[in-house]
Amino acid sequence: MDVFTKIAQAIAQRRGSDASQITPETRFDELQLDSLDVAELIMELEDEFSITIDMAQLGATVGDLVNLVNEARK
Amino acid sequence: MKILGIGCALPPQVVINNQLEQILDTSDEWIQSRTGIRERHILSGGTVAGLALEAGQEALQDSGLTGADLDMILVTTAQGDDLFPSVSCTIQQDLGANCPCMDLHVACAGFIYALDTADAYIKSGKASHILIVSAEGLSRLSDWSDRSTCVLFGDAAGAVVVGPGEGLLSCQLSALSRRDILFGTYTGLPCPFSPPEEKVAAGIRMEGQEVFKFAVGISAADLLKAADKADIPIAQMDWVLLHQANRRIIDAVSRRLGVTPGRVPSNIHRLGNTSSASIPLLMYDLYHAGLLEPGHVLALSGFGSGMVSGACILRWDKPKPSQVKDPVHSLHFT
Repeated sequence: MDVFTKIAQAIAQRRGSDASQITPETRFDELQLDSLDVAELIMELEDEFSITIDMAQLGATVGDLVNLVNEARK
Repeated sequence: MKILGIGCALPPQVVINNQLEQILDTSDEWIQSRTGIRERHILSGGTVAGLALEAGQEALQDSGLTGADLDMILVTTAQGDDLFPSVSCTIQQDLGANCPCMDLHVACAGFIYALDTADAYIKSGKASHILIVSAEGLSRLSDWSDRSTCVLFGDAAGAVVVGPGEGLLSCQLSALSRRDILFGTYTGLPCPFSPPEEKVAAGIRMEGQEVFKFAVGISAADLLKAADKADIPIAQMDWVLLHQANRRIIDAVSRRLGVTPGRVPSNIHRLGNTSSASIPLLMYDLYHAGLLEPGHVLALSGFGSGMVSGACILRWDKPKPSQVKDPVHSLHFT
């Protein structure tokens, strides 16, 4: 599963919403995810991909998070 | 080691979220949705040592012992009323004790570290009966202009008397240098021989997301290790008592561990984050609600600034109280 799909599914599961509505440009605040929701989402991704993500580098959109995960996987 | 008596003390002043709206740019909705806290007790007068003494006296009375029976007093606190003497030494005389006293400074994980320390003293034969008091006055260390931290904390003390027994089934302690994500500081007096330094504001500073990640990850990991050492799966724990740092952390740890629903009690809505006092206070509420029974297995987990953490598995050995003192509705269950 590619990183974007995994993130979209994890968010959709958390919000009880449809993953197909999420795009790389979608902002976390549009998804009504607050800072602690995002932190828990990142923990899930860290477990899934065996990586560590620096929270200080986190941007505002789903695409920003995809880039961070991809960087951490290199 | 086993627990023989338990006590608590809360300052009478209760501050509800609506009162904080008057002094900070915050709201009851924001605080409750992000922390689960509705109100907290604040030391408007009195002292941390006063809370420690009250909780310690109740624990002693509950144990059926007197101060003269104590071989040691261990207090956990982020900061007592004075830099020195220690809180433990301050309350020793009023407890009627004549034993060694020391304070442990392990932030919010203090109670777990104190249980492990007491267990080591008792197992080694150096002590038989030890009073542990976790007493905190974080309202006096908080920066009341920082809305992200000052709304979190409450003041309180929780205490247990422990004695010989086989109640502590396992313990898992850890520590990691991460001052950058959570620290508290205070301003000292200027020294004429020190270079003038930039004034550092006093108060508690926290990187919320990083602390959340650390707390959830380490609490779950510690609990799994402690459960493994005790050879009892988490699913078989009668109660899982987590440090009451934040409702969202409690929920996230519960999800991560797959704890049986209804086994994770919480009182953070009433008391806020009381640092090292939170676990004994939760134990106290559970005991006085009549929900702790002899033979129950408890998993405890504390974590805090350091970063430090600790978890232990404890077999409860005390009979139920003769009267239910606190109504069950004072607790929430995940």
